[in-house]
Amino acid sequence: MNGRICLCLIWALLALAPLPAGAQGFAGLGTDAEGFATPAPDPDFAFPQDHGPHPAYRIEWWYLTANLTGPDGTPYGIQWTLFRSALAPMEAEGWRSPQVWFGHAAATTPDAHYATERFARGGIGQAGVTAAPFHAWIDDWSMQGASLNTVSLTASGPDFAYELSLNAQGPLVFHGEDGFSVKSAQGQASYYYSQPFYEVSGTLTLPDGPVAVTGQAWLDREWSSQPLADTQAGWDWFSLSFDSGDKLMGFMLRDRDGGGYSSATWIAADGSTTAFPDGAFRADALAQSTVAGRSVPTTWRVTLPERGLDATVSALNPQAWMGLTIPYWEGPVQVAGSHTGVGYLEMTGYD
Amino acid sequence: MTRTVVSALLSHWMRNPLQLVTFVTGLALATALWSGVQAINAEARASYDAASATLGEGQFDQVVPREGTSIPLDRYVALRRAGWLVSPILEGRVGSVRLMGLDPLTAPGGLSPVTPGGETPFLEFLTPGVIYAHPDTARALPELALRVVPDPALAPGLALTDIGAAGRLLGRDDLSRLIVARSQPLSRPPLASVAPELRLEPARQTADVGELTESFHLNLTAFGLLSFAVGLFIVHSVIGLAFEQRRGVIRTLRTLGVPLPRLVALIALEMLTLAVLAGSIGIVLGYVIAAFLLPDVAATLRGLYGAELTGGLSIRPEWWLSGLGIAVLGTALASAGQLWKIARMPLLASARPRAWAMASRGGQWALAVAGLSLLALAAGISLVGAGLLAGFVSLGALLIGAALLLPPMLALCLAGLTARARGPVSQWALADTRQQLPGLSLALMALLLAIAANIGVSTMVGSFRLAFTSFLDQRLAPELYIAAETVSEAERIEAFLIVNARETLPLARAQTVIAGEPSQILGIRTGPTYRENWTFVASGPAPWDAVAAGSGSVINEQLATRTGLRVGDEITLEGETLTVSAIAADYGNPLGQAVIDERIFAAIWPDRPALQFGARTDDAPALRDALIAKTAIPASAVTDQSDLKAFSLAVFERTFSVTAALNVLTLAVAGFAMLMSLLTLSDLRTPQLAPVWALGLTRRQLGRIELARTVALAAMTAVLALPLGLALAWLLLTVVNVEAFGWRLPIHFFPGDYLRLGLYALAAATLAALWPAWRLRETPPSRLLKVFAHER
Repeated sequence: MNGRICLCLIWALLALAPLPAGAQGFAGLGTDAEGFATPAPDPDFAFPQDHGPHPAYRIEWWYLTANLTGPDGTPYGIQWTLFRSALAPMEAEGWRSPQVWFGHAAATTPDAHYATERFARGGIGQAGVTAAPFHAWIDDWSMQGASLNTVSLTASGPDFAYELSLNAQGPLVFHGEDGFSVKSAQGQASYYYSQPFYEVSGTLTLPDGPVAVTGQAWLDREWSSQPLADTQAGWDWFSLSFDSGDKLMGFMLRDRDGGGYSSATWIAADGSTTAFPDGAFRADALAQSTVAGRSVPTTWRVTLPERGLDATVSALNPQAWMGLTIPYWEGPVQVAGSHTGVGYLEMTGYD
Repeated sequence: MTRTVVSALLSHWMRNPLQLVTFVTGLALATALWSGVQAINAEARASYDAASATLGEGQFDQVVPREGTSIPLDRYVALRRAGWLVSPILEGRVGSVRLMGLDPLTAPGGLSPVTPGGETPFLEFLTPGVIYAHPDTARALPELALRVVPDPALAPGLALTDIGAAGRLLGRDDLSRLIVARSQPLSRPPLASVAPELRLEPARQTADVGELTESFHLNLTAFGLLSFAVGLFIVHSVIGLAFEQRRGVIRTLRTLGVPLPRLVALIALEMLTLAVLAGSIGIVLGYVIAAFLLPDVAATLRGLYGAELTGGLSIRPEWWLSGLGIAVLGTALASAGQLWKIARMPLLASARPRAWAMASRGGQWALAVAGLSLLALAAGISLVGAGLLAGFVSLGALLIGAALLLPPMLALCLAGLTARARGPVSQWALADTRQQLPGLSLALMALLLAIAANIGVSTMVGSFRLAFTSFLDQRLAPELYIAAETVSEAERIEAFLIVNARETLPLARAQTVIAGEPSQILGIRTGPTYRENWTFVASGPAPWDAVAAGSGSVINEQLATRTGLRVGDEITLEGETLTVSAIAADYGNPLGQAVIDERIFAAIWPDRPALQFGARTDDAPALRDALIAKTAIPASAVTDQSDLKAFSLAVFERTFSVTAALNVLTLAVAGFAMLMSLLTLSDLRTPQLAPVWALGLTRRQLGRIELARTVALAAMTAVLALPLGLALAWLLLTVVNVEAFGWRLPIHFFPGDYLRLGLYALAAATLAALWPAWRLRETPPSRLLKVFAHER
């Protein structure tokens, strides 16, 4: 899941930045520009190195969401994301580094949503990622462990904080064709894999005080140099964990003309995956909520006929608006219908 | 019937399109000046409100080194990674420009010229880098590899760029200080456990920016009111003219059976429509004036007080509504009297249009009494009252009182002249002038006010300028100024200077509170430069000896004014008690300041070594070169005194450019008022001139007499304006200035300037009179003859 924001953020950064005369090539965002590497089919991942950053690519993220439960059964959700955005396909020491990092963290309860963000320059040590031992950080936020399988996760904002331990109970899963995930009919693509099998325990601190929580988390890793096609208006992205042990990653990219492009990965409880092409997975908005002054669909019908999926996905807290530099909606969801479970939903392009 | 009445009324404007134009222009000009000034004020206040959260770096807590001026980069990273939301600042000088590098990614709201989500060239700011500077500052920057973006919203002398670019330009890889964001995470370790060598400096008290700038806005508002008063004179004379010329039409309409209420209502409606039209034009003009002046106002406010004002001007109801309201109200006031007269006009009264121009001797006396009492009031308030408001009230009383006194004074002068006049023509001309005085008096009052304001303000600015330049000469005595970055660099510089310079003047700074007033403390080495150059407003015996002994302190006038401290009083600095040994004038900043000897300074603030040095030398370039070669400090750390002086003067000149512009506008409006009144009179006076013409004076001679009369009246007004202007200057310098800025200025006189202003006023009056005189010269004889034919 979760690829979308970064694309959106980077696009916003680039679009809002008239470039000096020498760099006119940036204007054509759809092209492979400025010497950035572009994802190619049949990727050959090498771990743990590929858990680290890929400065030759324009955009990359470490995107973690967790569905948690308190001692009294209250459902919670948290988000921890580290984005990397390269102004040039290289790394350099000190302030000269063209790598810009930003982090988003959020905590959601049934009736409150807290979100905050951080920005950092690369090259000075304020933010970064090392593959082994694994350490991704920005300011005091970090995701750290001997390997990606066992990590501790912290983040803090003015009104919330969390400290969680994550243990992977299954293998990494790869989306699209072995981790090469196509994002449009025109061929825009990214490298995309996940660790959806984390078990979580720890402490979530809210304005009312600390809460002991347990639950499950899902980490997305994705990098690319290609923004979405300029005909695409936004996206609705689902990461669902069913009570059966199966999981689903599915997204719909909405075209401006009303069409769309969908993609999905069915993840069996043992970690084996099936990728579904455009059209197999569908998500249709059932009900809208007014969030931050705009109308956002917060109840969905999701279907994947090949797996007999026909379920209703509804937001735990429809007001899970990320009112940050680049605003979007991201929050925990509950699944009912042919399958039951929990998950996360992210929606962009509803400005 | 209504339609007929309206077309009859409007036909007047058709026949006198020029009068319509002048009516609308006059009212529009008055509204423009008023609403322009209001727009600037409204914009400034809105900026303070909106920016109260982001008023610049002074609003934020800062983390600074306990010693020196350098923070290693890894300390910054360590603080960030401990959860401290701080943002780095690197400062240095490039030539005479202060270069400030910041990180747009972490800078708290409002500090950075670019933001990640903003619509500014964020990417180019990061790489390769851009420099933002005020256009004047941009020109002063040396040739650099980076693109310079002129930004009038920035303070003069400051250049903003990315912290990485600043590091490359200054050749540094460390930081100067860290800004602490207001919103911090739930918990974070104490500063001492992360970076014990750094300390937290609380935000400066910038809450009183509004208070500081209030005086400036009052100043502007006073100008706005003045220009509106002048504008009201215009409206009054135009409306007077329009009504007088239409008396005949109105009588005819009434005779034909138009009911009085309807007639009055229609005229009122007509006036209202014209007022709204003229007011709207005035608001547009006012917007243009404000947009033109706002950058200067913004620069002035920032230069004087550090208050940020955005460069943009928005259309706010508070100023355009007040502009429109004032236009309508002014028209209503001016036409109410006229409508009253129409309402009371006997149906068969003569349409003789001279009635309004006549004023009884009793009226003159009333004016004189009212004027004298207002002058007495002004004197009383300026002696007894305190505070800025009292200053302005007394200013207003002075101006209005003097304006009211003008007609009686002029009448007196003319009476004197008439007694001495020889020959029938000059006697007639003088008598005729006296007779016209009431009609012209409003325009002459406007002229008086405009000239007086010009004299007053030019005296104030001139006095200020003289005081300021001599102050600069005193204070900027050292030929070279050197700024050290670190303590060790300071030691090297001092060692070098002691051997090579005639006198070495280290300067240490600290902030503290003296008698409740936030003040700056300067630690100096008491030496001949201070003893010989500083002049005092007040001092005890041998003040510098007391300072050198560590028992005395020289405080600035601002501090003395605000706290009531006097020579011999005691002040307490962090527990140490010193005596005020002298009070010195200080036009450099709005803050209180106390100068003490470096030894006592070091005893109170051991962690604040002197990082600035002044050097006395006979060969500044040679010393500069040797210093840079020997101590390896960057060339940018050394500033030449002459550069500094030029920079300070440039800031000063900006401060008064707004005032000067408003002054010129006021004079122009007064000239316009004059033209309007003369046009009014010239039309009314045909019946009086016709007999003189019939007696043998040519129209050319009559025109010449008209011109001479106007110039003579303007000259008399200008002469009378001189004492008024000087009184105004005295009030501005000794009352308003002390209240607003905290310093009293010695008053200087500028006869050359006054003469020039007088000539401008005469030129304005001549220009205003030329056209009516020319019209008189061209009056067809048939019209003059008609006077006799239409004996009424």
